[in-house]
Amino acid sequence: MVRLAAAALVLLTGVPLAMGADQPQSPANVSPSGATEATKPQPSELNREQGGSEQSAPVRWQSWRAGNSVLDRSSIQRGARNFMNYCNGCHSLKYMRYQRIADDLQIPTSVLTSDLVAPGSNSLDYITTAMPAADAVNWFGKQPPDLSLIARSRSVDYLYQFLKTFYSDPSRPTRSDNLAYPNAAMPAVLSDLEGVKAAVFRDEPTGKVFDHFETLAPGNMTPEQFDGFVRDTVNFLDYVGDPSQVERRQIGLFVVLFLVALTILAYLLKKEYWKDVH
Amino acid sequence: MAQAPVDRTGYRGASKRGFWAWINRRLPVDTFLRSQLLEYYAPKNFNIWYFFGSLALAVLVLQLLTGIYLTMFYKVGAATSFDSVEFIMREVPFGWLIRYLHSTGASVFFIVVYLHMYRSLLYGSYKAPRELLWLFGMIIYLTLMAEAFLGYVLPWGNMSYWAATVIINLFGTIPGIGPALVEWIRGDYGVADATLNRFFSLHVVAVPLVLLLLVALHLVALHEVGSNNPDGVEIKDRKDAKGRPLDGIPFHPYYTVKDIVGVCVLLVALAIVVFFVPTLGDLFLEKANFEPANPLSTPDPISPSWYFTPYYAILRAVPDQRIGALLMLIAVVSFFFLPWLDRSPVRSMRYRGWISRVFLALFSIAFLVLMYLGMQPAQEPYVTLARIFAVPYFLYFWLMPWYSRIDRVKPVPERVTYHG
Repeated sequence: MVRLAAAALVLLTGVPLAMGADQPQSPANVSPSGATEATKPQPSELNREQGGSEQSAPVRWQSWRAGNSVLDRSSIQRGARNFMNYCNGCHSLKYMRYQRIADDLQIPTSVLTSDLVAPGSNSLDYITTAMPAADAVNWFGKQPPDLSLIARSRSVDYLYQFLKTFYSDPSRPTRSDNLAYPNAAMPAVLSDLEGVKAAVFRDEPTGKVFDHFETLAPGNMTPEQFDGFVRDTVNFLDYVGDPSQVERRQIGLFVVLFLVALTILAYLLKKEYWKDVH
Repeated sequence: MAQAPVDRTGYRGASKRGFWAWINRRLPVDTFLRSQLLEYYAPKNFNIWYFFGSLALAVLVLQLLTGIYLTMFYKVGAATSFDSVEFIMREVPFGWLIRYLHSTGASVFFIVVYLHMYRSLLYGSYKAPRELLWLFGMIIYLTLMAEAFLGYVLPWGNMSYWAATVIINLFGTIPGIGPALVEWIRGDYGVADATLNRFFSLHVVAVPLVLLLLVALHLVALHEVGSNNPDGVEIKDRKDAKGRPLDGIPFHPYYTVKDIVGVCVLLVALAIVVFFVPTLGDLFLEKANFEPANPLSTPDPISPSWYFTPYYAILRAVPDQRIGALLMLIAVVSFFFLPWLDRSPVRSMRYRGWISRVFLALFSIAFLVLMYLGMQPAQEPYVTLARIFAVPYFLYFWLMPWYSRIDRVKPVPERVTYHG
């Protein structure tokens, strides 16, 4: 019974009962496996014959699930670091203040100002991007979207699929394309971590259908590490989409328990009054 | 069985002296409370279906209070609305709670109102002498639809924008004045800042005022004729020596304490949605509405909120938009005629025959299936299915004069059935 109650508690709040073990981690302490130092492979140097691995079953990327949890605080912290390092150059989070992230994720102010806040901003500023809008339009044809609500408008699974289905396509201006969002203006900015892959299509009566990926050049991360990197980043965006989520569930548990108790009392009162009705 | 309930209210009538008496000589508070609560008799055999009237009132209060709070922070305008909603969600203390209560409250309002209406179909509550009560209720339902639609536009998300575009364009199907009327409603050549501003005015002032007036009329009419009950027996026909209905109990305290239980259960359900699943999949808050309004990008598919989808499915089932809009209008307006379409000598389904029951069951299935179909993209097989299920929907109403008359009814008891 106690275990059942504990399980229900975890289910409702999502907070594991062993919360004490969940030490706040400084984003700076988590090693990004030296990914930032690595030189990004140039798409032009890539050779389709090199490093290709044949897979037998077709890859069903549409069924990939992000599998993130906004209750995993260290994952969101890592995601915040990933966002600042890899996304913030082009994408803003215009509804989010740096300080809110630090408060919610228990990031010490010193770490916040040294590692997360962009130069020229202070911790109470909204998270803007340094890229001028006019340049963005020149370079990419459109301004990269603000990502404050992207996890809500597109879903976390979509973001996960999008970040993991870039493939090399030398015919495009960015020299890459994407399965989840074809003709994406966004280049494959994570290819130094993930490596570069080609998409293999097979012919079907309906046209070309994606079959599987072939690795053209390995990245600095193993597939498992990259998967975690993407999941953490998506998790951060999930949190940013509705920063009250964690607090909401914690308060909600008490509200629901209180209301259930109130309902029981109200029912007993009703029963007492209705004893007279025959 | 016949004895009058014991007075447990502690109510001793108006006192002759003091502040309260001073008030009562100038304002009939005591008289009002006595006639409308303490000595207003309701049938004692209400079942679960009879919770939804008081619950609708509770949700109305919830929407008014949360709405007032939201209005303190919301900034109307095509350039500011979307941002201000996110400001409420992120920077106003407990703004997220108020916003989720209001957005969930809108859907809960319709759940409660649909169940409240369905109760009338089950027990013939619209039949004489309650025709006017039913009509006021139906006008409340229409007004509520307007209020919900207007409110849906205010966050100025992309679905807000396109829902406004689609719904306002329906007025363009009216012959002659249509196009001019559409322009007049929008206040611009497209849905724009002017539209948003007037929708805000209507949503927070005009329509709530009308709603409150209609609810007052609905309640006055109810207290004049008295409630129907699951047996459809008129409790006023059998009274004791003091003129109190034998099967009636004072509304207060019996139904006040009972309705408090209902409100508590509703609050539990509301809290579970608000705190754990505020978007409820895509039903209560749609994904597309977390993108700002964009006249250049159409959400795919455009679908209205779930409470409008049965009618939307009927609209799309017809290739000709004008006839579709007309059928949709008839689908809503048919409810108004129920008191005169129903020729059955009995009120309650309990004492009606199988024909009435089958028609009501088919109507219920059709309504739910159409609701589902209205959420799907406008393509096959959904369009054909919508055409098929629209048939029992309309037949329920328009064959009623025939089937309710020939249906073999059971004898109605003289007193209500109650198993306390």
